[in-house]
Amino acid sequence: MSATAAPPGEFLQHHFTTAEQQADAGKIGMWLFLVTELLLFGGLFVGFAIMQSLHREAFVAAHRHLDRMLGFINTVVLLTSSYTMAMAVHNARTDRRKRVIVYLLLTLICAGIFLGIKYVEYSHKFHEGLLPGRFYSHKGDTVPGQFMFFSFYFMMTGLHGLHILGGMVVMAWVLRRAVRGDFSHSYYTPVDLTGLYWHLVDLIWIYLFPLLYLIK
Amino acid sequence: MDAHRTPAGTYAKVLGALLTLTVITVLAAGCEFGSWNVIIALGIASIKASLVALFFMHLRQDKPMSAIIFVTGAAMLGVFLMICTVDSNARGENAVRPATRETGAAGLRAVQGSPSPTAERR
Repeated sequence: MSATAAPPGEFLQHHFTTAEQQADAGKIGMWLFLVTELLLFGGLFVGFAIMQSLHREAFVAAHRHLDRMLGFINTVVLLTSSYTMAMAVHNARTDRRKRVIVYLLLTLICAGIFLGIKYVEYSHKFHEGLLPGRFYSHKGDTVPGQFMFFSFYFMMTGLHGLHILGGMVVMAWVLRRAVRGDFSHSYYTPVDLTGLYWHLVDLIWIYLFPLLYLIK
Repeated sequence: MDAHRTPAGTYAKVLGALLTLTVITVLAAGCEFGSWNVIIALGIASIKASLVALFFMHLRQDKPMSAIIFVTGAAMLGVFLMICTVDSNARGENAVRPATRETGAAGLRAVQGSPSPTAERR
C-alpha cells in the first residue's frame, strides 16, 4: 500500500487510491450490469407487446385466469421490501449496525412472502393446465390461443422469480457480513449495490404487474 | 462517500406514494377507458419506476455517470421496441397473424409447431 492521503481502510483494495474511488467504480460496474438486466427483460417485454397486439382477445381472455388480488398483494410486498432495503442502505451509511441487520431481515422476509405467493399462484396454474405452449391443457376455453399468454407469463415471472431468489442469496451473504460488523460509513458498498439490484427487480415487477394482471 | 444524503423520512414518503399509485392503477384497470387503459397503466408504472430510480436508487443525487448509463440503456430499449413494432406492423395481416381469429385451431397448430389432436379444444 503506497502512502496516500486517505488512511487505507480494511476493505480498500490496493489498486484503488481512495475508498470513494473504489465505491464509485463498484457502482458504475453495478449500473452496467443492471442495464444488461434491463435489456434481458426488455426482449421479453417487446415480444409480449407484439404478441399481445396481434392476439389481443386471447391475451385478455387468458389474463382472467390470474388472481388480481394475489398480484396486488405481491406488488405491495415487493414495494415494501424495496423500502426496507433502502432503509438498510441508509442505516449502513450512518453506522447503525443493528438496524441494518433488522432491515435486511425484513427485506428477506418480504422476498420470502413474495415467492410463497408466487408458489400458490403457480401451483394453481399447474393444476388447471394453464401452462406455456404445447403443455397448455386447460379445458373449456372459448377463445383460442391462450397458451401464448402463459408462455410469456411463465417466462417473465419465472425469470423475475429467479432474480428474487438470487437476490435473497446475495442478501443472506450481506446479512452475514453485517452481523460480522464489516460495514461502516466509509465502507458499505455491498449493501449499496445489493440495494440497487433489489430495486431493479422491484422496478421490473412494477411493469410486469399491470401488463400481466391488468391488461384489457 | 456520502453521495446520498436522503433523510429516512423521505423513503417512507416514497413508499406511501408507490402504494397509493398501485391502488390507483388497480382501480383504473376496473374502469372502462378503452384504449386509454393501457396508456394509463403504463403511465402510472413509469411514474412508480421513476420514483424507485430517483429516490431508492439515488439517481437524484448520484454522480451523473449512473444516470447516463441507466438512461442510455432504457433509451436503447425504447429503440428496440419501436423498430420491432414498426417492423411487425409493416408486415401486413397474413405474415404475422396466422393464429386465432382468422384461421382458428389450424393456425394455432402452425404456430405451435406440434400437430396435436387436442389442439381443437384450445
